[in-house]
Amino acid sequence: MKKGTISNFLSHGLLIFLAAIWVFPIIWIVLTSFRGEGGMFVPYIIPKEYTLDHYRYLFNGNSNFPFVKWFINTFIVSVITCILSTFLTVSMAYVLSRLQFKMRKPMMKVSLVLTMFPAFMSMIAVYYLLKAVNLTQSLFALILVYSAGAALNFFIAKGFFDTIPRTLDESAMIDGASKAEIFTKITLPLSKPIIVYTALMAFMAPWMDFIFAKVIMGDNVEKYTIAIGLFSMMTRENADHLYMAFTAGCVLIAIPITLLFIYLQKYYVEGITSGSVKG
Amino acid sequence: MSEIVTTISSSLKQYSTFFKEGSAIRNLSFFIMGALHLSKGQIVKGSLFLSAEIGFILFMILQGFSAIGGLLTLGTVQQGWVMDQELGIEVLAKGDNSMLMLIYGIMAITLCILFMCVYHAHFKSMKYISELEKKGMAIPKFKDDVKSLLDDKFHITLLSIPVIGVIVFTVVPLIYMISIAFTSFDHNHLPPKNLFDWVGFANFSNVLTGRMAGTFFPLLGWTLTWAFMATATSFIFGVLLALLINKKGIKGKAVFRTLFVLTMAVPQFVSLLIMRNLLHASGPVNVFLEEIGLISAPIPFLTDGLIAKLSVITINMWIGIPVTMLVATGILMNLPSDQIEAAKIDGANGLQILKSITFPQILFVMTPSLIQQFVGNINNFNVIYLLTEGGPVNSNYYSAGETDLLVTWLYKLTIETADYNIASVIGIITFVLSAVFSLLIYTRSNSFKKEDGLG
Repeated sequence: MKKGTISNFLSHGLLIFLAAIWVFPIIWIVLTSFRGEGGMFVPYIIPKEYTLDHYRYLFNGNSNFPFVKWFINTFIVSVITCILSTFLTVSMAYVLSRLQFKMRKPMMKVSLVLTMFPAFMSMIAVYYLLKAVNLTQSLFALILVYSAGAALNFFIAKGFFDTIPRTLDESAMIDGASKAEIFTKITLPLSKPIIVYTALMAFMAPWMDFIFAKVIMGDNVEKYTIAIGLFSMMTRENADHLYMAFTAGCVLIAIPITLLFIYLQKYYVEGITSGSVKG
Repeated sequence: MSEIVTTISSSLKQYSTFFKEGSAIRNLSFFIMGALHLSKGQIVKGSLFLSAEIGFILFMILQGFSAIGGLLTLGTVQQGWVMDQELGIEVLAKGDNSMLMLIYGIMAITLCILFMCVYHAHFKSMKYISELEKKGMAIPKFKDDVKSLLDDKFHITLLSIPVIGVIVFTVVPLIYMISIAFTSFDHNHLPPKNLFDWVGFANFSNVLTGRMAGTFFPLLGWTLTWAFMATATSFIFGVLLALLINKKGIKGKAVFRTLFVLTMAVPQFVSLLIMRNLLHASGPVNVFLEEIGLISAPIPFLTDGLIAKLSVITINMWIGIPVTMLVATGILMNLPSDQIEAAKIDGANGLQILKSITFPQILFVMTPSLIQQFVGNINNFNVIYLLTEGGPVNSNYYSAGETDLLVTWLYKLTIETADYNIASVIGIITFVLSAVFSLLIYTRSNSFKKEDGLG
């Protein structure tokens, strides 16, 4: 009994220590965003003065760093991307998991091959394609690119559909349901976890991508998403005096994403494990 | 490849037999698409086929043939100064733009292939009509065709938009970039000022044996080391963390789990830039260590080649461990406990059970996701770019630093030095690496043998 208590005590200690390491950078960001003094580097953790100036700076409509505009841009892009790419991913996954047709296996193999090319390789080509149709520096282009890429991320969702028993489809078919009816009335209502997971992933992507968006938007600051906007605050000439404003911006975007994430954690776990169990 | 050849030759055979036994109107349909459909009263379908053909022929005459021709030459007229007789001064004459010619050529060929698919669909639809006629059955109306798109052909309905998206935004750009690997498109041949041309495999030999080899092989070695270390550390410690959290008697399991998962919600460019700041020579970590007297000079966490490599692997654990922990937790809940019970009765201790039962079981289930992680780490742009930007710079390398992976080098080659051809070769090699590793591990792993693998 005594041995158990000691090992329990040690385990708790270790866990608390590890959790502290993991949470430390996040706390550091929050503290820095309220720090009143200093620049990029200070040799201590707890700020000496607290201020809300950095948050005010973000909302004051500075023309080089229109934070509110960036926030709205990102929100528009991610809501539309979320709807479109969830639709694309789920239909692709459903078809490749459930419907029988000649091209099914070749299509799976081709998609697997396509996902193995580094994304940066096609980035420049996509840029020139968009330029050819005059779509660069627009939010629409971003939405197009993000959503079109989503179709290839179907493997996790397919793993989920594979686990829904086929007998359900068969009995519905005997009752005279068409395939479209089976999809919309039987499979989709059963697939809430994977739909939420896919939507969550699609919603979060535009908040985090800073490379592709930058290539498409170039120097059009007005059309930046929040990720490139914040990233542009960290260039060599700005980094020192904008560092605290940068962290304030990070706190502001991390809050909604984190809340959403915690709220939907259950679906996230289900999604990520169903994908790994079935490959 | 041989599959494709046999498919094409068998469909050509089908075409010729079908043509020999056909009636006049049916054979006319081979040349004027939709003729058969129109004659049988399928007005909408017939006119769709007909307009597809007319549109395609018009496109080919107006643009297509010249675009494909341009693909072969990649331009012959260089931009330059030409004497303008009227003005009496030299003016800038526009030359050919090799890059645009390449893009238009590829698009024209893609359209040709798409048209061939439409043509084949037309052929199949003719065959279908003839079979129905032979059996004396009614030929479906347009309404019936639409209905079948929701039933027998539902896959076509669902797939059409995603497939178009993938073709336009993934396949065509990839073909373009792969073609670039066989051209001389580098910083000395930038359109529209200069032309570039086809050079065969010269870029590949440049990377493998030529001037770039001195950069390529060290980076390749580091990329593989990094991918292996990053995947292995995240996996082992992630599983250990999951075991620790799920141990009997641990209180607040959900709280701990949430604390770790929380870090996944923070965008990587935020957390990694912060880490970079923390580890800077005058950052808090170094200052703290100096103050307590452990070190006398700052540790070059991210600015010394070897230490930087160790640092990025360590910091990557901060990102990787929570992911593995989540997946492993899900798996642990569902693991059968009978083997563990049996081992306990046989007197196995905790470590033995962990080593011989729990770990192999988790490894079995997680193999596919481990492969994904390994390939993902070969392509792990964010961690390297945000932490070190590939630095510290190594003067022996061409435009690369000590911690550069092949992908970050690829990025630098496109954005910084504009050596698109070398970048594209690197991209192809990275692809081959990912593909080979996936296949090797995939086919040898138990989960592939026991399950249906690709489905």
